[in-house]
Amino acid sequence: MLRQLEGSRAVAEAVALCRPEVICAYPISPQTHIVEALAGLVKSGELAPCEFVNVESEFAAMSVAIGASATGARAYTATASQGLLYMAEALYNASGLGLPVVMTVANRAIGAPINIWNDHSDAMSQRDCGWIQLYAESNQEALDLHLQAFVLAEALSTPVMVCMDGFILTHAVERVDVPDQEAVDAFVPPFQPRQVLDPDEPVTIGAMVGPEAFMEVRYLAHAKQLRALELIPRIAADFQEAFGRDSGGLLRPYRMEDAETVVVALGSVLGTVKDTVDELREEGVRVGVLGLTSFRPFPLAAVREALVRARRVVVLEKALAVGIGGPVSANVHMALAEASAGGAPRCCTVIAGLGGRPITKASLRALLADAVADRLEPLTFLDLDWGVVNRELERMGASPTSGPHAENILRDVGPVAAGPV
Amino acid sequence: MFQVRIHGRGGQGVVTAAELLALAAFEEGRFAQAFPSFGSERTGAPVVSFCRIDDREIRLREPVLEPDALLVVDPTLLHQVDVFGGCSPAAFILVNTVKSFDELGLGEFVTHFHHERLLTVPAGELAREHTGRPIANAALLGGFAALSLLLSLDAVASAIRQRFSGAVGEGNVAAARAAYDWVGGELRELSRVPA
Repeated sequence: MLRQLEGSRAVAEAVALCRPEVICAYPISPQTHIVEALAGLVKSGELAPCEFVNVESEFAAMSVAIGASATGARAYTATASQGLLYMAEALYNASGLGLPVVMTVANRAIGAPINIWNDHSDAMSQRDCGWIQLYAESNQEALDLHLQAFVLAEALSTPVMVCMDGFILTHAVERVDVPDQEAVDAFVPPFQPRQVLDPDEPVTIGAMVGPEAFMEVRYLAHAKQLRALELIPRIAADFQEAFGRDSGGLLRPYRMEDAETVVVALGSVLGTVKDTVDELREEGVRVGVLGLTSFRPFPLAAVREALVRARRVVVLEKALAVGIGGPVSANVHMALAEASAGGAPRCCTVIAGLGGRPITKASLRALLADAVADRLEPLTFLDLDWGVVNRELERMGASPTSGPHAENILRDVGPVAAGPV
Repeated sequence: MFQVRIHGRGGQGVVTAAELLALAAFEEGRFAQAFPSFGSERTGAPVVSFCRIDDREIRLREPVLEPDALLVVDPTLLHQVDVFGGCSPAAFILVNTVKSFDELGLGEFVTHFHHERLLTVPAGELAREHTGRPIANAALLGGFAALSLLLSLDAVASAIRQRFSGAVGEGNVAAARAAYDWVGGELRELSRVPA
């Protein structure tokens, strides 16, 4: 049914349609509306049977999800930013134990400086923790990916993170097609756990493993993600057959035919990139877009196949790997490394939108003009205010006791009213 | 695509106004996207919200930088914040105030805009009359429907009723209707007097 909904509400309803039996969460912006809505659905009895557990931290939230999943319950939680970091140890446990927890990450920056706005620093910091990571472009896709995430997680017995841009998606009210319960029941089969803690048939889960077998157990986590490379497109195809929407999958190519320059990106910025690319195409510029829906597993072969005929690749990322550049670029480079025999495309990294800095069509147009003219540096910081940066660098050079960067820079920038941007 | 920017302060229903506008557009079968400027979730702090309306899917995720319409819930912002930033002379502008643009000190400034698209409306007073509280957001949307003809008063009323049930909903619908009529009257007056 078509409805005009806040992204958080749409995701909460999608999760409820998947009939989770345990939801445990600790509130943190911009994720809070999702679990608030789910708490309401549990309290009103619309979502039953389901236990909503208020926990005292994100570490506890993931620990409860692990415990619930180990007893054979379909478990769900959501978090963001510092909350995701706080559950980091438990994230590795969920994936190491092979428990199919599904979690929404409402992507938000990580402090310091403290910042509640959107970027991908949080999810990217946990890219190697063994969870599958899917990124949503729109609220419709966020809803659709949650349905697919439960199917994928339980088929592989491995946890799945659905990443959606905090505020930009979670707080946007837009048109969403919400499926009915019958269709979701047909698509998401009942949870059949691969391992269960049952007092009647006691087993242990979580044995200590020494050097004799640790690598083999860890390899199995990798093997599952390799299997996910096959499963993710199949589940997306099943989804399309059931719901009529082309959603999910590994990659989402857009106007890639004969594209000389390709922008690679994840999440909601793809919409603005596509609008920009449409304008450039009308002007005759051969530019296309490659959206990454699945970042873990990283579809190396599919990315290589999609990009190998391009001349230039611009990786637009909302996370900074401090001291090197971009985490997504490193993976794209690896995909292209094997293509280098035939002349791999030139690959540039663009760090953009950190801490909620808007990524505008005007900035993207200027960026792509530079890219097409081969003027783009290997690493670019989109819309970085060099004046502000250089002033602080000068202060640092002038005095060994120049003080804290954030406070110094805020004094330079001056009071910020909620202006147009 | 039609882009709206709404300025006000935390607690004045600025974010709700954008959501109601999007819901009204959805009621009329259009695509709409409403979102707030994030972070200033404090009572009294300047807040901005945005709404885009189109006949096809909206993919753009940047803030509204060049609004086709500007709604100002709190006129005390006019001299504090760059409310008019990015506005073209053809933009619709509706300000909640009992004063005129001259009295607001903007008489000279607003001559750059199309006079038949530029109005002040006592939305807060109309809201107080019909709801007992000076929360002007719903009334301002009624006035905007009359000024822009972008959507019908019925769609605005339906959106308000979906969001607010009972007396609160009906009071706000009445305030929106009063503002709609008030703006309609002003526009008829303007069309008789050459600028």
